[in-house]
Parts: sequence; structure tokens; C-alpha cells
Amino acid sequence: MQAVRDGLLRHFPRDRAVIINADGGSRDGTPELVTSASISDVQSFSNMYALRTLHCISTVYSGDPTYENALRTILAAAELLRAKACTVISPDSINIEPAWMERLLGPIYREKFDFVTPVYRRHKFDGLLLRNLVYPMTRALYGKRIREPYAVDFAFSGGFCSHFVEQHLRDDETVWPGTELGLTIAALAGGFRLYQSFLGTRPQLTQSADDLVPALRQTVGALFLTLESNFQRWSENGDSQAIPSLGPEFELSGEPIRVNRKRLYQMFSSGVADLEPVLKSILSPATLLEVQGTTKLGEEEFRYTDELWVRTVYEFAASFHKSIINRDHIIQALAPLYRGKVYTFLIENRDASSQEVEASVESLCLAFERLKPYLLAQWNVRE
Amino acid sequence: MWEMIIDELTYALQELVRSFVHFFPRLLAMLIVALLGWVIAYALKVILRGILRVARIDRLSENAGATQLLSKAALPPLTEVLSRFVFWVVWVGFLLLGVNMLGIVALQEHISRFFLYLPRLFAALFIVFLGSLAASFFSRAALLAAVNANFPSPRLLANSIRTVILIFAVSMMFEELGLAEKTIIVAFAIVFGAAMLGIAIAFGLGGRALAKQYLEKKFIREKQVENQDELSPL
Repeated sequence: MQAVRDGLLRHFPRDRAVIINADGGSRDGTPELVTSASISDVQSFSNMYALRTLHCISTVYSGDPTYENALRTILAAAELLRAKACTVISPDSINIEPAWMERLLGPIYREKFDFVTPVYRRHKFDGLLLRNLVYPMTRALYGKRIREPYAVDFAFSGGFCSHFVEQHLRDDETVWPGTELGLTIAALAGGFRLYQSFLGTRPQLTQSADDLVPALRQTVGALFLTLESNFQRWSENGDSQAIPSLGPEFELSGEPIRVNRKRLYQMFSSGVADLEPVLKSILSPATLLEVQGTTKLGEEEFRYTDELWVRTVYEFAASFHKSIINRDHIIQALAPLYRGKVYTFLIENRDASSQEVEASVESLCLAFERLKPYLLAQWNVRE
Repeated sequence: MWEMIIDELTYALQELVRSFVHFFPRLLAMLIVALLGWVIAYALKVILRGILRVARIDRLSENAGATQLLSKAALPPLTEVLSRFVFWVVWVGFLLLGVNMLGIVALQEHISRFFLYLPRLFAALFIVFLGSLAASFFSRAALLAAVNANFPSPRLLANSIRTVILIFAVSMMFEELGLAEKTIIVAFAIVFGAAMLGIAIAFGLGGRALAKQYLEKKFIREKQVENQDELSPL
């Protein structure tokens, strides 16, 4: 709260601002903290004065305490207030700084951009689902290089908010997973002006093996789902282009971390064997044969090549489109194969510098772009 | 004497001819109904086959695992099975209708019972089809969940779930058909009870040490390693 108010006072002293806490029923005193916040707290130590009112509101939204429901509340509030610019900060972003307000809201407020996504400093083995699937595929399909398409800290313009609410929220009471990615894709598909801002180090979230499937649902599921409504847009796009950025486009750290690679490999190989009947209905015979062939190589020689991975993902997307089997089952079936790709990434980049890791991600992105016609072919074959 | 015999024979012959004259139109009507029934049944078969192909019922059946079951039983694909089934049901129905027209009293009751039985037959088939769909869905869900949770023997778990649901569906089918209801219920109870008892004994007594070791490994040691070593996908 302090950092947000400080940032607003420092960078937008002449503008009226509202801080909204979309609360899912927390009992840790967050609503009280938000509503009792006084502007004099900031003024007392920073010697800054607001020239307009700064409102602090805490509201409890209906439904389950999910990120999607909270976001829906914020979007609705932003539209009702006719906000010129709105930024959303995730509760997990514990390292927020006042400068974030300028980095996120500034491009929209001053340079008329419509959607600002973050760029974080990450560990080279952090966010591998984003770097091995979501970023390359979004970039290949929509032609824009957004490093963090699944943005939890981001900002948008009033124009984009109205468009999104009109297109995706009106008369739709269902809660949809992966709204974070849905917003980015709506900005891409709607031809809005995009921008990226560097926000510093992303806090390391504690994850367990059980978190992979929900993460796949939120990202890959949402991405596959939007392919249908945006077919015209992504099927016509050519090569990808960079978007304006503030700060570095990537920054990777490489301090040693402990990763159980053996377990990843074991879960991949046993998953491929056990899921054979499911994979048979999703993948083409040639791709399945190749995937099964890799499991016979042994732990040291095993590699899930970029081309095989891209074909796998595209075939999953086409199967999802045609609902070959239950869609959630398709997403779940991707988990063991993703572990195989992650294992390969870890082996190949064990001693790699951040530049080498970036080169490896770039190579995968180019494979996704090069094989885009394959997705179109699969899409049409399975029509 | 001879005259009497000749009279009786003449009378019998006349009766036979009269009966045949009386019966012949019915026989002809029966043959016409059977022929008409064949034409209608064949037309229905062709129409149904077309509709099922447009509805891609074979793909649904393949995904539900029904095609594998049919191929194991050396039967054609589901579209063909359903269309042939409809053909035979309709044609047999017309044949029985024709037989009914012959006016043989003893057969009439059986024929009416057959027609009363048809809805139950369709309901039973529907139950089996839904059962195979549910078995396929839930066994696949269990398989995926078990694989992603690194559960040992996920296929065994998935196959067990599939088998239990199919046994339920088949026993419900027999109950719907009214075939050996008591035998089926008793057999089902015995098989199900025996399976559960077997599992309970195996885990509770035979595999006590193994179960203890497994649970310790699963929930104490592995959980710690998992949390230490897992990478954040996002």
C-alpha cells in the first residue's frame, strides 16, 4: 500500500487516483489496512503533497476467492470510473517499488499505449512454462514479442478496458481460468498498442509438483481456448516484431539451485508409457512414435528437441480445438511431456550463461514461428 | 360303407381346401408385411448409418473405449452395430406382425410380449452405452491424475475404475432386461464384496509393512524433496 501511494504521489500528483483492494474475504486485516491508510503517512516521511484526492476502497467480491473474480471486480470498477489508466498489482508481488507506478501507468498515461506488460529479472530456471511454451507460441501466433504474456502485474488503458469488458465480460457470469493471459491475448488480437516495462526481480514462488496442472490450465488452456475466436487474426500473421520496452528485455540470474532432474525424467518416461492410450488420440502416429522413441534413449542421451516439442504442442492445440477428448484431459496429458522438455532445457543449460539461455529460448521461438504452417495444417486436417 | 368313407374324405378335402383358401390370403399378407418390413428396415438402416456417420459417433465410441470393446468381441464399428441392430429389430418386428396376422392364438401372446419388451431392450442398451462412456471418462481422469501425481501403477488404478463402472453398467442392464435378476444381484454382491475384502486384507494384513513404507515415503520424505526441488513453471 505504502509503495503504491508513494508511487502515485511521486509520479501522478496532479491526478485523481483510486486504490481498490478486491478482497476475497481475507482475515489478515488487509481491508482495514487499505481503508485506514492515510495520505499523511506518506507525506510525513517523503515530504510529498497530493494535489488531488487519493481514494482507498476495499470491496469484497462475490464468488470464490480467485484471481479471476478479483480481476473482474477491478475491470468493472475501472470501466465504471472511466479510468484513463489502470494498473493491477498481484498480491504475490511483495517487492513492489514506488517506481512501478510510473513504469506501468506512465506509458499509458503519457504515451497513449494501451497495454503494459512486465519484464522481470528471473532465475534462468524460473518460469520455464512461459519460456518454453507460452511466450514462444504467443509470439509465433500473434507476431509480437511479449516476454511475460501471463502478466500478474500489468496496466491497461480505459479504451482497452471498455473493449475487454464489452467483448469478454458482458452477460458472462462464468468464471474463466487464465484471465491474465486472456487480457494479453485480447490486447494482441484487438491490435492495441503494447509496451513492456522492466520491474526488477520477480519473487520466487514456492511450487510443488501438484501446481503444474493448474498452471497449465491457466496458461496453456487459456491460450488454446483463445485460438478459436482469434483464428482469423493468428492465421494471417507473419514474422514476429519487438514491442517498445523500458529497461532490458530479459535479465537472467544463474545462482545454483537444487533441481531433481532424475525425478523429472522418471515422471516423463513413465508418463509417456502410462498415457499411451490418451496420447494416441491426441498426437499423430509419427509424433507419438518419436516421443516414445526418446524414452528408449536413456537419461543421459535423452533430448526433447525443439522441433518435436513444437509439433507436440501444435498437435495438442489442434486436438483441443476439435475436443478430441475432454479438453481438461488434453491439458493434463501435456504435463508429462512438458517435464521431458524441462529436463532437456535443464541439461542443455546447466552451465549456460544468461546470453546462452536467451539464445536457446530464441531458437525455440524461431522453431515455433517456422512450424506455424504445421499448426494450420493440423487445424484444418482436424476440422 | 364305401359311400360313407368317400363322403368323409370329400368333406375333409373340402375342409382342407376351405381352410387353405381362408389361410392363403393371410399367408400372402404375412409375406407382404415381411417384405415391406425388410424394405423399411433396410431404409432405416441406411438412414441411421448416414446420421451416425455425420454425427461422428465412431469417434465418440473410439474415445469412450467402446470401439476397442467391440473389436475385442470381433464386432464391427459402433455405427454398423447400431444400424444393423435397428435393421433386425424393425424387421423382426414386422415378421412378428405378419405372424400375428396368421391368427395363430398361441403365438399372439408371445408376440405382444416381444413388443412390450422392446423399450426395455433399448433402455438396457442405452445404459450400457452410457456406462461405457462414464467408464472411459472416469478411468482416463484417474489415469491422468495418477500419472501427474506420480502415483504407482496408474494403469492398474484406471483399469480397476473402468472395470467397476462396467460391472455396474452390465448389472444394471441385466436388471433392466429382467434376466436372472436375483442371480445377477447376488453374483454382483459376491464379486464386489470379495474384491473389496481382498483389497482390504491385502492392504491391511499382507501389505502392512509395504503400505507403511509406501505411505512414509510418499507423504513424509518425498513431499520434502518435492518442495525443495520443484521449479516454478510460471
